[in-house]
Amino acid sequence: MANPATQRIVIEPLTRVEGHGKVTLLLDDRHRVQQARLHIVEFRGFERFIQGRPYWEVPVLVQRLCGICPVSHHLCAAKAIDGIVGVDRLPPTADKMRRLMHYGQIFQSHALHFFYLASPDLLLGFDAPVERRNVVGVIAEHPELALQGVAMRKFGQEIILATAGKKIHGTGAIPGGINKNLSVPERDRLLADLPRMLEWSQKAVALARDYTLGQLERLRDFGSFESNHVGLVRPDGALDLYDGRLRAVDARGGVLVDQVEPGDYLDVIAEEVRPWSYMKFPYLKTLGPADGWYRVGPLARLNVCDSIDTPLAEAARRELFAALGGRPSNVTMAYHWARMVELLHAAEVIERLLGDADLQGEDLVAPAGERRFESVAMLEAPRGTLTHHYRVDENDLVTMANLIVSTTCNNEAMNRAVRRIADDQISGRPEITEALLNQIEIGIRAYDPCLSCATHALGRMPLEVTLVDARGEVLDRRTRPS
Amino acid sequence: MSAEGTLVLGWGNPGRGDDGLGPALADAVEALAAPGVEVESDYQLQVEDAAAIARHARVLFVDAAREGPEPFFLRRLSPAASGLSWSSHSLTPGQLLALARELFGAEPEAWLLGVRGYEFDRLGDPLSRHARENLAAAAGYLREALRVGALEEIPRSEPPASRPVARL
Repeated sequence: MANPATQRIVIEPLTRVEGHGKVTLLLDDRHRVQQARLHIVEFRGFERFIQGRPYWEVPVLVQRLCGICPVSHHLCAAKAIDGIVGVDRLPPTADKMRRLMHYGQIFQSHALHFFYLASPDLLLGFDAPVERRNVVGVIAEHPELALQGVAMRKFGQEIILATAGKKIHGTGAIPGGINKNLSVPERDRLLADLPRMLEWSQKAVALARDYTLGQLERLRDFGSFESNHVGLVRPDGALDLYDGRLRAVDARGGVLVDQVEPGDYLDVIAEEVRPWSYMKFPYLKTLGPADGWYRVGPLARLNVCDSIDTPLAEAARRELFAALGGRPSNVTMAYHWARMVELLHAAEVIERLLGDADLQGEDLVAPAGERRFESVAMLEAPRGTLTHHYRVDENDLVTMANLIVSTTCNNEAMNRAVRRIADDQISGRPEITEALLNQIEIGIRAYDPCLSCATHALGRMPLEVTLVDARGEVLDRRTRPS
Repeated sequence: MSAEGTLVLGWGNPGRGDDGLGPALADAVEALAAPGVEVESDYQLQVEDAAAIARHARVLFVDAAREGPEPFFLRRLSPAASGLSWSSHSLTPGQLLALARELFGAEPEAWLLGVRGYEFDRLGDPLSRHARENLAAAAGYLREALRVGALEEIPRSEPPASRPVARL
């Protein structure tokens, strides 16, 4: 087996517009895959950047992390800063405005991923040539889906604009509350579009279901493996994407930890550093680094929750587990189906919120309580559990920040998916075929990795796969441009 | 759909030093309140921008440029030949133009203005001094171009007679 200490892993320097997703496959003497390593260009320093800044700036500052999911960071930071100012309960208007912003973000992100990144794989097939297996190919064969994707993404963005105030560096969430309510004209504009959003979400669930069940024989093992699953649940065990307590289950559904307050996350989660990657590997302390790694995101969330409190999504959740052999499911490609169940749930929550007169309330900010010097918040970002942890001194300046993003949580899982896929494709033949490149791409994409976010860098990501033999020599290398 | 007017679309992250040049130039254009000119800015270009592009006869993308001429360049754009990238959550102007054509049958006249930047990697940095100078030059050019109603390729790479000039 190759000795990692002797491997020379070159990580490309950061550029503004390009991160690099590199996959190194380490082979043994018989050219079987010993290990897969997903390398991601890292730009650390955000936590350091936050240090020394006044705590009230943090919900706006964290949006500089990434242009892909700034809303998730904005809201998670705001929740943490609520704790610093001693606020444990927001006025109903503030709580519901933040939830509306969050579910708008979930809706647009899931729609974008499904219709523009996953649907080419699903609709055109794993083996379709890459020049056709893209959104242009989808437009050619299913133009209505591509148009729905645009309209659904736009709908979610309009919710964000109405709640956060602006697209760039939104200021909606402030310590202890929100800085605006939803006007009646804003509400009515969103309500006008809602029926078709609900209709299209249901059709998207059906599309993901039919695809998964139609291909189940192939998909069941594709990039799949048993794992632990982590997500937030309400006290009654129901799914809650904006708030909740941590629950972890094992590959068979056994509860490992439950109802862990975000502030106690360090009691149950630790992060391992490996010499070949800048990105950390979180794990459950109770199982240790070897066995405690876990998955987050849509399928993991459905695996840990007991129910969903909106009727259409709950029915869809039940149908998913009935079809896949019960809860939890470890089928990696079922992430797409689970993501569409959450899309439908988000549409239902948005409908419920828009019908709530609290959104037009005037009580926007809770009075400050007893000042605290440390606070942790979690929420379920589109790609999985997001944690923000801050310490603040007596001068109101941040002294420590620790952020664990969802793609970091899925780090080990993505490596395992790649290894499983590569092992099925490559053993004995030390070459990178088009099929291997396609399937690695599809396996990573199931997790919808926000690589920019995980690496604190902006940009697109070419895929580069390298085969390395037991002596550390490169046998083959292929790149797919971004 | 009848397309009319000009869309100025700036993108970038103002929290990343000179990466904020695109939104900063968009802000400068918006402040002109020029008739028939709509201005949008965001962190990244995304699929819904194709719908906005399709509503306009002309689109001007404005971005920071890591390389290239100072203080800025301006060139014509065409729809990209290839589809979206394998994992990207952002699009290029060419990909957006291709989407607008494929989805909405729209082929607006398209331009890219790249303002030369220098410092991109340090979080929280404001625009660098040189970038601010380049921004002022680009804003000054657009102020005049919008007033007289013409865009032209900059720097000029061809004889004036064959150089693309568009009336705004």
